[in-house]
Amino acid sequence: MSASTSASAIEVRIPTILRPFTNGEKIVSADATNLAELISALDKSYTGLGERLLENGELRRFINIYINDEDVRFMGSLTATLKAGDSVTILPAVAGGC
Amino acid sequence: MTLRITSQHVEAILEQSRVEYPDECCGVILGPEGSDRAETLKPMINAAHSPTFYEFDSKDLLALYRELDDKSQEIVVVYHSHTETQAFPSRTDIAYASEPNAHYVLVSTRKEIAPENEFRSYRIIDGVVTEEDVEIVAAL
Repeated sequence: MSASTSASAIEVRIPTILRPFTNGEKIVSADATNLAELISALDKSYTGLGERLLENGELRRFINIYINDEDVRFMGSLTATLKAGDSVTILPAVAGGC
Repeated sequence: MTLRITSQHVEAILEQSRVEYPDECCGVILGPEGSDRAETLKPMINAAHSPTFYEFDSKDLLALYRELDDKSQEIVVVYHSHTETQAFPSRTDIAYASEPNAHYVLVSTRKEIAPENEFRSYRIIDGVVTEEDVEIVAAL
């Protein structure tokens, strides 16, 4: 049996504020083996979405991304690995200040 | 636009802002999707524990959105307190406002103003702030 290296279908939940990029879709899917690939794949399908998630090649400070229930910042951020069936949730931080 | 909110919720938010002073306090009011009804008050922890900044904890944020999905609810109001400045959205508030459908409520705990007078509501959409009326009612 040969090892498979094929990309996986990942379900991605899109927050309201980014749905204009996904034609209003709340859940989209993409193929990727890590978060950087996923964002790149999403940006290919939904132009401009990548820029809302990344700044200077890093995850934006006030965007939270979770793989299943875990914040990707505790999983290596953009290098966090993805496998078939993983669910990714994107949530803008609720934050502000005087 | 007008925010319709119960006096009970207004009092609870003002009380939370006093209790958590000198830190900014924060929270949400939830309601059924698309209803614009501010029904369920949910105080949140300010993970920044700061007098000049607030941020929901990342795990709490995910839990909150999961709960919204499960119950077909949405965030009707996002509120926080300003500790020494007026109850008007700051640059940071505007930059990070990410719920175009929500009422953004600001209260101020600054001493020279009676806190009761500093309860204001705004829409923040694409960086544009619009203040709206607040209608305080006994029941929704």
